Amino acid sequence: MAYSEKVIDHYSNPRNVGTLDKGSPNVGTGLVGAPECGDVMRLQIQVNPETGVIEDARFKTFGCGSAIASSSLATEWLKGKSVDQALTIDNMDIVEELALPPVKIHCSVLAEDAIRAAINDYRVKQGLEPIAEEKSHH
Amino acid sequence: MKLPVYLDNNATTKVDPRVLEAMIPFFTEDFGNAASRNHPFGWKAEEAVDYAREQIATLIGANEKEIIFTSGATESNNLALKGVFEMYAEKGKHIITAVTEHKAILDTCKHLEKQGAEITYLHPAENGLLTVAQVEEAIRPDTILVSIMFGNNEIGVLQPIREIGAVCKKHGVLFHSDATQAVGKIPVDVIADNIDLMSFTAHKMYGPKGIGALYVRRKNPRVKVTAQMDGGGHERGMRSGTLNVPGIVGFGKAAEVARLDMQSDTERIIKMRDRLENELLTLEESYLNGSKEHRLPHTTNISFKYVEGEGLMMAIKDIAVSSGSACTSASLEPSYVLKSLGLDDELAHSSLRFGLSRFTTDEEIDFTIKCVTDAVNRLRDMSPLWEMFKEGIDLKSVQWTEH
Repeated sequence: MAYSEKVIDHYSNPRNVGTLDKGSPNVGTGLVGAPECGDVMRLQIQVNPETGVIEDARFKTFGCGSAIASSSLATEWLKGKSVDQALTIDNMDIVEELALPPVKIHCSVLAEDAIRAAINDYRVKQGLEPIAEEKSHH
Repeated sequence: MKLPVYLDNNATTKVDPRVLEAMIPFFTEDFGNAASRNHPFGWKAEEAVDYAREQIATLIGANEKEIIFTSGATESNNLALKGVFEMYAEKGKHIITAVTEHKAILDTCKHLEKQGAEITYLHPAENGLLTVAQVEEAIRPDTILVSIMFGNNEIGVLQPIREIGAVCKKHGVLFHSDATQAVGKIPVDVIADNIDLMSFTAHKMYGPKGIGALYVRRKNPRVKVTAQMDGGGHERGMRSGTLNVPGIVGFGKAAEVARLDMQSDTERIIKMRDRLENELLTLEESYLNGSKEHRLPHTTNISFKYVEGEGLMMAIKDIAVSSGSACTSASLEPSYVLKSLGLDDELAHSSLRFGLSRFTTDEEIDFTIKCVTDAVNRLRDMSPLWEMFKEGIDLKSVQWTEH
């Protein structure tokens, strides 16, 4: 299968691979996917509690090139966004940016799920209600 | 060294230059139909076919009259199973095979089940091997055929063919072996190995694609198969169709070269294969799939835990290998062969099959060791599963969000 140049770029030079302190109250961690399905994504955000701005984002992904690229791109997009802005990231934006083929759309869905899971983890730590799963995926 | 390095020789091999050279005249000068009895063009072609038949028969210890040319091993397998099922219908309808067989056997068996056949599918042990006792226990009074592959295409394990053949003989049951991966690579002798029917093909042994053979025993017992194609009655009435003369000539030459070079090729290939395998198994959490002892000399299949198969394939794009991962094949399931050995989906997904050839070089093996090692390490560095494993978290205890 042919990968887009952007997928290859993110796969070969992934941005923001790493681990944040998941015990910190300012860090939200989202772990989505399952090993049997061939994709597990862990996405972490570090939020400035004063401003609500995501100051750092890190990922580790077990998966195909498209899954790695989707999570790498997500961390790039998350940095500098407010938590509320981050919630507006749509999986189809990732599909478009990386030119993912239809069989790889699930990678973008997983990345969006990971973002929401990380935000919810952060919200719960801050004593807020988790965001409900109101939105259906494309 | 040319990139990518080709290590997918269980899929197909490069045509040996000696083979190609032998074939060329039969496309241009000597293009006759081997069935044309009235002129020198036909005679020349027939003579070449007869010679090739001898070369092939010699490689497997058969008589040249026992070689039926087909389009390849898939057709040979179809002809053997369907042909025996039809020919021996009066004797019974029970066939024994194994779950790790090639799809050409398994899908043919499924087809026969619809025609009323009863099929027993034996399950090998974790090392991929069947036992003779398993086969013997499955034999019934109405068993007409046992079909067990010689060497497995994914993990390379070699079944106890000679012993299985002996048991079949003892019970008066025909024994077919899909020897596609074995012929030309290891000594195969249809008499000593007690084989009644055997499928094999040229392109796995440095010959051309599109030409294969079915060995059909003529003595002790005399075996017959019902033709699956109607036509001119070629190949003793078992397989009609104009003979692929250049292909057959190439097949013959490939068989001859294999016979003469087998020992020296094997010694070299085993050394390289073992070096590759030993180096890759020094990686933490890497596992050899299938028996280490009973195995084809040119194949190794290794799983790298906590690395996803497709991601791994992408990282080693300079090496042409096969993966047990579902993502790289048409089906969504990971390798059924690996799963039947008891591997979970995860390990099956992260497996690589390396198949060496007589053209593989030490330099290519060095490159492969480095490339795969770097890829596995790099992907593990960005794998959350590897991190969790390193922290001592039992991944089975994690609540995963499945899609």
